[in-house]
This record gives sequence, C-alpha cells and structure tokens, in this order.
Amino acid sequence: MSVRTSIVWDYAPAPEATDHVRLRDSYGLFVGGEFRDPVDGRREPTINPATEEPLAEVAWAGPKDLEAAIEAARAAQPAWAALPGRERAKYLFRVARLIQERARELAVVESLDGGKPLRESRDVDIPLAAAHFFHYAGWADKLRYGVAGREVEPMGVVGQIVPWNFPLLMAAWKLAPALACGNAAILKPAETTPLTALLLAEICQEAELPAGVVAIVPGDGATGATLVRAPGIDKIAFTGSTGVGRDIQTALAGRDVGLTLELGGKSANIVFEDAALDQAVEGIVNGIFFNQGHVCCAGSRLLIQESVADQVVAKLWRRMGNLRVGDPLDKNTDVGAINSAEQLARIEALVAAGEEEGAVRRTVACDVPERGYWFAPTLFTDVSPAHRIAVEEIFGPVVSVLTFRTQAEAIEKANNSRYGLAAGIWTDKGAKAFEVAAALQAGVVWQNTYNHFDPTAAFGGYKESGFGREGGPAGLRPYLREKGA
Amino acid sequence: MIRRLPHVDRVGIEERAAMLGKRSIKTTAKQQGIRLAVSMLDLTTLEGADTPGKVRQLCAKAVCPAPTMPEIPSVAAICVYPALAGVARGALQGTGVRTASVATGFPSGQVGLDVKLRETEDAIAAGAEEIDMVISREAFLAGDDARVQEEIVRVKEACGDAHLKVIVETAELGSYDHVRHASMISMEAGADFVKTSTGKAATGATPGVCLVMLEAIRDYAERTGRIVGFKAAGGVSTSKAALHRLVLVKETLGDEWLTADRFRIGASSVLNDLLMQYAKTETGRYGRSEDFSKE
Repeated sequence: MSVRTSIVWDYAPAPEATDHVRLRDSYGLFVGGEFRDPVDGRREPTINPATEEPLAEVAWAGPKDLEAAIEAARAAQPAWAALPGRERAKYLFRVARLIQERARELAVVESLDGGKPLRESRDVDIPLAAAHFFHYAGWADKLRYGVAGREVEPMGVVGQIVPWNFPLLMAAWKLAPALACGNAAILKPAETTPLTALLLAEICQEAELPAGVVAIVPGDGATGATLVRAPGIDKIAFTGSTGVGRDIQTALAGRDVGLTLELGGKSANIVFEDAALDQAVEGIVNGIFFNQGHVCCAGSRLLIQESVADQVVAKLWRRMGNLRVGDPLDKNTDVGAINSAEQLARIEALVAAGEEEGAVRRTVACDVPERGYWFAPTLFTDVSPAHRIAVEEIFGPVVSVLTFRTQAEAIEKANNSRYGLAAGIWTDKGAKAFEVAAALQAGVVWQNTYNHFDPTAAFGGYKESGFGREGGPAGLRPYLREKGA
Repeated sequence: MIRRLPHVDRVGIEERAAMLGKRSIKTTAKQQGIRLAVSMLDLTTLEGADTPGKVRQLCAKAVCPAPTMPEIPSVAAICVYPALAGVARGALQGTGVRTASVATGFPSGQVGLDVKLRETEDAIAAGAEEIDMVISREAFLAGDDARVQEEIVRVKEACGDAHLKVIVETAELGSYDHVRHASMISMEAGADFVKTSTGKAATGATPGVCLVMLEAIRDYAERTGRIVGFKAAGGVSTSKAALHRLVLVKETLGDEWLTADRFRIGASSVLNDLLMQYAKTETGRYGRSEDFSKE
C-alpha cells in the first residue's frame, strides 16, 4: 500500500513541576506538637536517589530526644484517649482531607526523596494514605464493633518504625489506627526517606492535633533500636526486614510491650495454564516492577505451569521491553530509581549470586542516567528452588521464574519458603482459585490481580513474614487491650 | 467444530487500558501524535442522507484537512456506502487518499451470503479499494463459528486486490472472550484488518476492546508471521481518545504498527478536534469549531 508515514512517535519528556513544593532547608524533630532542634541527636542530609543531590537537612533523634518525645506523648495520651471517639475522628478526617489538599506536593516529595515514579506516588501512595486516615476516622467511635463487643482501651504510647519503600503510606498505616484507638504515637521514618513524614507533621499541626499525640523522630537503625528499648513505650509496631524484626522481638522478650511485625517476603505469584495469560503478564509486571520491586509483598517468585511457561516468559520479556525506566518525576516513567546505594549494592550482589549459581539472566537494555542509583528490570529463568535468588528477598526489580506441573506441586512450592506474606493466583477457574488460596500459607492472596491495596483489607504475614494485621477492623486489635486484662 | 474460547480477564484488561490512557502526551509528542492520527483516519460518512455533493465536500476535506496548516497530512481514506463509492473514487483520483466502502449488509449483516458477495463486488466495481465488512453476529452468537469464517473467506475472495477490513461489532458480542475469539476467526479467515465497530451500536472502540484486539493481532502475528492491521471505529471523537488509541497500539504492537497500512481510526467528528488541538499547540489558545470547515 502507498499510505505510509515514517515517523517514529515517542513521548516527549513530561516532568511534573516542582515549583509548587515548599521544602525547608532544614527540618527539626516533631516533638510535643512543634519542630525542635535535637538535644543529643544530629543533622543529616536526605538525598534524591535519582540524582544523588541533597534535598534537605533532617534532624535525627538521640536518646534524650526520644525521652522527650515519650514524655510529651505520655502527658498527652490520657486526654486524647478520654476524648469521645467522634471527636478523635474529626482530627483524623481533618488529616485525611489535608493529605488530599496537599496531594500533589506530597507526591512530588515522595518521588524526590524515595525515587519512585510519580505515577505511583500520585495514583497509589498518596491517595491510599488519605484513604487509611478516612477509614480509621470512621472506626474511632465504633471501636467496640471492631472487636466483637468487648470492652477495650488503648495501649497507651506506641512506637512505630516504618520502612523507606512507602514512606507516607506506611506512616498512615501505622498512625491512623493507633490514633483512632486513642493512643499517642512516636513514629520513626526511615533514614533515607524522612521528608513526607515531616510534611505529615506539618499537617498534624495544621489539623490542630493536640500537642504530643504524634511525634515524628527521624533517625537510622540506632534510633529505632533506642526507641524499641525505651521505657514508657507500651507497644512497638515495626515494618521492615526480618533481621531487624528478630532483634526487636529479642529486645522485647519478657517485657510487657505489645508487638506487631510486618517483615520480609518471597511471595509466590502462581500462573496456571488456564489463566488469562496477557492479564497475568500485567499482574507479574505489577507484582515485581511496581516501586522498583521495593515491596515486601512483591511477587518475586514467579511459579508458572510448565505447559505455558515458555509462552508466558516470552510475553513477559516482550512486555518488560516496554517499561520506561528513568526520571521518577516524569509522568510516563514506569520504573524509577533504586532507593539507596546500599540497596543497589544488595540487589547487585544477589543478582551476581543468581548468575554464579547457574540461573539464566536477562536484563532489559535501557539508558539510565549517569548519576543516581539504577537497576534495570531483570528476569531469571532456569531457577531451581534451592538458588539464593529463589529463597532470599532481593527487594529489587528482579523476578525469578520457576515452573510446576500440577496444582499440588504449585502449592507445595509456594509454601516452601520461610516467608509467607503474600501470593498471587492466576486462573480462570473459580473453584481452583479458592482451593489454592485456602492451601497457601500467606497473609494476603490475590486472585487475578496483584499488589492491590485497600484500607478495609487486613494485611500481614505468616511465618517469618511477621505477625499482626494492619488494615480493616483487624488493624485495630494491636492498638487496643481488653479492659481488666 | 467445538468452540474453545480464550480467557480474557475483564478487570485486568480494563486496568491496563486505562493505565495507558494516563500517558502524558505533551508538546512535540502531541503535535506529532496529532499529525499521525490524521494520517491514519478513515474519514467516514454513513448516513441515509449522504449525497454525491456531501461526499465530494468530505473528499476535499480528506485531501487537505486544514489549508491554513499545510503540515497537516491528508487522511488515509474516505469511508462511504457502496452507492457513493464511485463518487468518492472520482473525487479522490490521484490524491493518495483511498476509497473505502462498507458492504455485506452493513451494519447488521442480516442478509444472505449471495447478497453480501454481490454488494462487495458492486462496491469494488464502483471503485472501492478497501471493503469494510461486518461479521454475521447472528451466526457468531448462535455458536456457528464455521459460518462466520466461511463468509469472511468468500468475501475476501470477492475482494480480489481490495483490502478487507472485518468488523466484529464488539458492542454486540457481550464479552471480551468473544471479542478475542471473533478477532481470531477473522484473521484466520484472511482479514487484512480487524475493526471494532460499525459506529451504529451503543458502544464502539472502547480502550478495553481495542487492547483485546491488539493483543489478538500480536499473538496471531507471532504464531503465523502474517501482519494484520487494526481499525478503531466508533466513539473516538476527541484528540485525547485518538492519542490514547495510538498509545495502546504503540505499547502493545510496537512502533512498526504506527503506520496507516497497519492502523486506522474510523471517525468523522474527531478530525476537527484534532485540528483544534493542533492549532492550540501552535497558538497557545483553543480555537472555535467555526475555525474549521465541517466537511
């Protein structure tokens, strides 16, 4: 035919504007309702992992700073708990609305500080953070209905330690139920991503939350370890690595301190031969390349029925070639920057181990910026269940493909892990989906979707993925104790 | 023949299609995309009131959509009823814009095969270079895939050198599984293009329907090596919708499908919206619809 155009059509750069963002040069600790200089802490820069440029200087809390935060929280908690639930709810609704009002700014800062694509911070992280506050605001005056009619009271002062992969969202997961139940909370954001938590502190001020009810105390692992061991804390909620979770549990052994842990995972994403394969491929992509694979429930162990394995891998590899890797602030970016140099080194080490052990590696060829931390989407085939890349959490954009022959083998392989956080099932057969879901040792099982989050649904792990649930009515329990118990 | 339906997950396909609608197409990409969309248009008029005069005016518009913006290319084709194919061909002689005619009892297809073949032959004799046929939904929904396929094979024979686009009329098929299955039958039977809709049903080329058909084309090409084109028709009335369809094609089939011999948009009102949006990228302000001729 004669009609032919010779244009190659590509998307022009579409960076989100940053001129509306009002970042300060330096942030203090948020203690007692105000930003304070650290007493025995120090100031550290937080950097943009896509450029390695510093964004702001942030105060890290020392032991005395934590003491002050706990003291302020203890002073504020009784009055907060004594408020009628509907009054506490008003504050939470206010926080939720303020998150929505400042959504654009929060999304940009989340992408700047953490490296995740703006598309995700804008469409997932920030709306879900607001949704969690809305959800738990609704529970504040209905707590008895969330715990089957028992008489309950708040735990008291809770220490909350959140990871760097979903900084604001994890802060919302922790703070919203704690506050709804009448606790005061001391939140430690991760060392590489403290900024949105500090913006949330500004929001708490704007919402006129009573001073001391929320403290935001940035710092590194040492700060977290001090917080865990500090007297005056009634409960610890931690999301992060299994190694640190183990340390925390050891430190709290024999003490009357509540604990919930949401730890690592090596979640199985199971594709049966009767699945809608193209949609399964989308689910695989969303399962492992969402947020650069920095997701505790990432579908990093891909189990494909042998009869369709070649087909699915071919489709997946083709689809991976379409992923747009680069500037997190570009609205068309699918995969952004790795969160830190440390995490990049860990990913590189495990990928090298995968190659040494004989798995076949394929990495998408893409131009990434010279500065910053980047790792191109990677697929491993010929993986055996004993390989390190099939066992250990990589926490990066790396998927390991294993095959199975029968439903029984799929279940056995999926459960053959020290973790048990999440799983995905891809099949067009309803009965099979329910059968397999019931047999999987995983806290969350997604059917024909993956990495789908909702504030009404409980999230948490089996085995070494931790214990306790967040989200929905189950998420209230860890923040309440039975009266007289 | 036992019918084996493919699996398409409705939620998954619509999520992916919607996500691709969020691609940010700005500045040079928008200008280039609009020019590309214009060059892939099948500018269509399928009304009982169509006359030779109306068709000639539309043909002039097809050849030169915006005299004030010479960088805007001609559209790919004009699409009319068989009775007006001769008028269109005469008006388009030597312009590079092709003449397409609907046929086979369009839009319902509820006539016998002999009538369908006769109508196809008449349209080609009158000058149609492309035939847009409809599948027999009556046979498809009754489970008679063999008859659907046989009719396409026969119409394809009647087409000779003319290009055959097969309309599956997605709005009447009831499920994405059916859309994929009908697309596969059409390709197996020899379709040069598969096309979503007649434009006469309740819905047309929705993003989900387009994505299902594009995936079917991709899988068929991978299996057989034969290239089949795609035409999105019905409901694509804004520049945003047109650019969304381009994104769907680009990220499902790849850049090599972004040519008028592999991808078409069947529409009428979208052309002026494309021109207005293009003018906006040049002047920075939205024009009025009166700035461009209706036909």
